Amino acid sequence: MYPSRFGYESPKSVAEAVALLDQFGGEAKVLAGGQSLVPMLKLRFAAPEMLIDINNIDGLRYHRVDPDGSIHIGALCRHEDLEFSDVIAKSQPTIAAAAHLVADPIVRTRGTFVGSVCHADPQGDWAAAMIALDGRIVAQGPKGKREIAMKNFVSGPFQNALAFNELAVEAIIPAPKGVARGGYLKLERRVGDFATASVAVSLDMVGDTIARAGIALAGVGGHTIDATEAASVLVGKTLTAESIAAAATAVAAAADPRTDHRGSSDYKRHIVETFVSRILTGIANTSQKAA
Amino acid sequence: MALDEIKIGGLGASRRRVEDNRFIRGKGQYVDDIVLPGMLHMEILRSPVAHARIKSIDVSAAWEIPGVRLVLTGEMMAARNLAWMPTLSYDTQAVLATDKVRFQGQEVAAVIADDPYIAKDACQAIVVEYEMLPVIVNPDQAKASDAPLIRDDKENQPTNKIFDWEIGDKAGTDKAFAEADKISKIELHYPRSHPSPLESCGSIADFNRATGKLTVYMTTQAPHIIRAAVAMVAELPEHMIRIVSPDLGGGFGNKVPVYPGYVISILASILTERPVKWIEDKSGNLISTGFGRDVYLEGEMALRKDGKILGVRMHTISDHGAFYADAQPSKFKIGLMHSAFACYDIPAAHLTATGYYTNKAPGGVAYRCSFRVTEAMFFQERMVQAAADDLGIDQAEFRRMNFVKDDMFPYRTAFGFLTDSGQYAKCLDIGLEAIGYKNFKAEQEEARKRGRLLGIGISTMTEPLGAGNSREYDIIGIKMFDSAELRVHMTGKALLRTGAKSQGQGHETTWAQIVAHELGIPAEDVVVEEGDTDTAPFGMGTYASRSTPVAGAAVAMVSRKIRAKARKIAAHLLEVSEEDIEWELGRFYVRSNQERGVTIQDCAMAAYSNVPDGLEPGLENNAYYDPPNLTWPFAAYLAKVEIDPETGVWDVLKMVAVDDCGVRINPMIVEGQIMGGLTEAYAMASMQYITFDEEGNCIGSNFMDYLLPTAWETPGFELHEVVTPCPHHPIGAKGIGECATVGGPAAFVNAVMNAIHHTGVRNVDMPLMPNRVYEAIQTGKDISGMPPVRSGN
Ligand SMILES: Cc1cc2nc3c(=O)[nH]c(=O)nc-3n(C[C@H](O)[C@H](O)[C@H](O)COP(=O)(O)OP(=O)(O)OC[C@H]3O[C@@H](n4cnc5c(N)ncnc54)[C@H](O)[C@@H]3O)c2cc1C
Repeated sequence: MYPSRFGYESPKSVAEAVALLDQFGGEAKVLAGGQSLVPMLKLRFAAPEMLIDINNIDGLRYHRVDPDGSIHIGALCRHEDLEFSDVIAKSQPTIAAAAHLVADPIVRTRGTFVGSVCHADPQGDWAAAMIALDGRIVAQGPKGKREIAMKNFVSGPFQNALAFNELAVEAIIPAPKGVARGGYLKLERRVGDFATASVAVSLDMVGDTIARAGIALAGVGGHTIDATEAASVLVGKTLTAESIAAAATAVAAAADPRTDHRGSSDYKRHIVETFVSRILTGIANTSQKAA
Repeated sequence: MALDEIKIGGLGASRRRVEDNRFIRGKGQYVDDIVLPGMLHMEILRSPVAHARIKSIDVSAAWEIPGVRLVLTGEMMAARNLAWMPTLSYDTQAVLATDKVRFQGQEVAAVIADDPYIAKDACQAIVVEYEMLPVIVNPDQAKASDAPLIRDDKENQPTNKIFDWEIGDKAGTDKAFAEADKISKIELHYPRSHPSPLESCGSIADFNRATGKLTVYMTTQAPHIIRAAVAMVAELPEHMIRIVSPDLGGGFGNKVPVYPGYVISILASILTERPVKWIEDKSGNLISTGFGRDVYLEGEMALRKDGKILGVRMHTISDHGAFYADAQPSKFKIGLMHSAFACYDIPAAHLTATGYYTNKAPGGVAYRCSFRVTEAMFFQERMVQAAADDLGIDQAEFRRMNFVKDDMFPYRTAFGFLTDSGQYAKCLDIGLEAIGYKNFKAEQEEARKRGRLLGIGISTMTEPLGAGNSREYDIIGIKMFDSAELRVHMTGKALLRTGAKSQGQGHETTWAQIVAHELGIPAEDVVVEEGDTDTAPFGMGTYASRSTPVAGAAVAMVSRKIRAKARKIAAHLLEVSEEDIEWELGRFYVRSNQERGVTIQDCAMAAYSNVPDGLEPGLENNAYYDPPNLTWPFAAYLAKVEIDPETGVWDVLKMVAVDDCGVRINPMIVEGQIMGGLTEAYAMASMQYITFDEEGNCIGSNFMDYLLPTAWETPGFELHEVVTPCPHHPIGAKGIGECATVGGPAAFVNAVMNAIHHTGVRNVDMPLMPNRVYEAIQTGKDISGMPPVRSGN
């Protein structure tokens, strides 16, 4: 597989990268982990004039929890950094549950969290997680930084809200009101397969009461599905068999799956319902045990 | 003193694979590693559509790209009588399309350029105008009365049917069915899959105008057959053709056929007078080269109420794609499908088979199996399971009572094969014990209370491995035997060459072990070479598990010839007559005085320095081996699965394999073969299939859509061993390379069917993807055919 001819630049700073993006006026592409872009180049689905490789920029490979409880993930933080992170394991159950379900172990050593969100694959795991978590993307352009709310960031399948001369430098997950609970379940045909259906759940809980509920879905629509409105039936409630069933039904209705070789639309909807119910039941059971 | 056979790496030694030394260091020499001076690169333009008339091909823009040396189209091939080539099944196949394209991915044009990037750019610059034709993607469509004719290039081909064929005893089978207490039926589809070796296909053709010699480095499992085919197609004299098959990154049947790319690269080298390299990309490999399976299997079994099988009827409908290019013995149109039921004592059987052309890639190659044996054994074991269920007899008991018993050999099967050895019930019993069959019913009940469905599936089979003999087996008239040539050097080190061709099976390791066993020369002192037609003795190559049964036998036989000569030399050295000499491993000695002896190495030295009068110097020989029969390994595979009925996801809790492949040369390699085969069996059962949408677009042209299992989901395997030596093979070995791929899938499918038996579902066709299992559980209905594919848009 032989890509079309392209140029290559390896900037050493974010400012330099942004300047290069600006200079090539939309004909350049950022190369992060390369786990989506390189296959597309080889298949000649993408033929940019210039690749701007950000891997040699220092200081972008990080993730941390700030004192206010918000989580910050740098542009070069790899999937595996999150998978094996103690900080994440302790503080962010949705990310922790999803991290080992993204792609396969080999891809996870290279692929980046931010790159994955930028790629905006309707079947991608991180965009769903970020929507459920009500996250934000920090974009840096020639005129400085701006924050884009995740629900506005994915503008379509494989489309994001960045301007051609903006680099996504960080993802932010806001601090929970109360305690962050959540989970992630994915039905895949094989490790490394994209989701037949997956469900990201994020709950902020104050005591037994749900203060905020974010749910998003991957693989069951033409774009990542924000089911937060459906999940709002949970807000102000506790997790009971009834509230769980109501949320599962409402979220399943928000899915928009297509019949294809991964399964029928009914089946995918059923999986969404089953997974929402399993994640919420799991949270309810562990809360009970803790109490 | 005789040598310790294990220490010298003889029979039974789990010797480390010598070839791995270079493979794991990245020092393998594959076709793509070979760089010749002045070499050009070739890229093929493939058809994006499945069935269309070619209205025009405009290559002018391609020629204008700097670095382009040659652009070839079907018209140019036709001018040299090379637009079509013969297949290994007496059909023809387009090299570059002239009139129509008949499947998505078909070769339409080729560009030869200074580097592969330029060649690819130039392919993109070629403009082809297609006039779309209706597309046929399955045999049902192919046989419709108004179906478009795919092969309008052929005379006497008024329909899309390729053949009708039958074998067995129709009258006897009819009688058995008339007398039956019960008739059990089943209908299955064995989906299309692709062997998908790690290394795709490729070649470097190097024609030297000065010497007239054509050398082709090529990814082929059968270099000598290719040499013959090239001699025929390219009309070059056979002695001026050298085919070199270097290290191969897997084959699995995919590298048996002759592909257009090889032929085009040869012509390109003749025209440019430079070496031309063609390395197929992965998608090219998946969409255009020999696939496996794609057969609809239906049949019924005549049963007596006590469980005795009285007769079997089978009908197969096979989808061969646009060209009938299966590589198989010419007598048998649907391979060895009639080896089905060989392990059962069944009085009467009849098989009918029909083959069709469709707008799909050609193939039907023996994907890790002995010519359609995989489909045969899958049908057999699914049918047996259904029959046991219909009779209400325990699945293990039903098999045991119908097995050919140990004392019934040699046994002539209803389809005419002669099986010669085995201990079927013993293998099954070991398997049942290992999987925990006795307590299973209770365990299943208990799991159901937890909302989980448990099932055990069994698959038992004997399969015919090691084609020939040459009386019955040939490919396009070339008889199936094999060969070995052994040279023992002066210092007792040796060079062995065979007509087989390893693709990862470890011939360099195991052949040396056979020499060690026969001659006592340590295995590490024997170097093995294969794959170069200028040096290797003529042979039919490696597929159908034939290497150990045929070439391996030739290795033993040539070693024995060497030993016979060495014995004469030993007699001379020991100054006694030949009759007074005894052999023990590695050494001849005087019968009356065991202390007085000479080693095989002493004899080797003498062969070049001190031969008795009347004996030729040297210690080398060759052997051509035509086996008296196929070998018949037996296997019992048992899988235990657990299904989550809410999602249809199933997990393998345990997988037990009991293999009897006769004497094991290198047990470690045998176990590796079994584990690899079980992995492919699990793959077929769970995920690995290629399908097409109604426009003939291949769903499975890349590894995101065509799923191969990884180490992550592949279950663990527990292996057991029974040894019933092959009565006719010189060292008692039977084939093993394919048993698990062949017998394994039915074990997994039967396990899932066993787990959902209570729903009344009799069959879910492979792949058993969670959505299909879920739907079966929900609806209580069978799930047949390929999974739905996304429609046109
Ligand atoms: C075999 C395989 C299996 C996979 N399975 C899954 C899966 O199950 N689930 C899943 O979610 N993903 C999966 N992926 C995709 C993987 O997660 C990728 O790593 C991810 O989608 C892209 O991240 P990356 O860092 O590799 O980005 P790249 O491939 O480098 O880039 C992807 C796109 O985002 C843009 N981009 C990247 N970083 C930035 C940035 N900082 N600012 C602006 N634009 C940027 C690039 O220009 C490009 O358009 C799989 C990939 C492979 C190869």
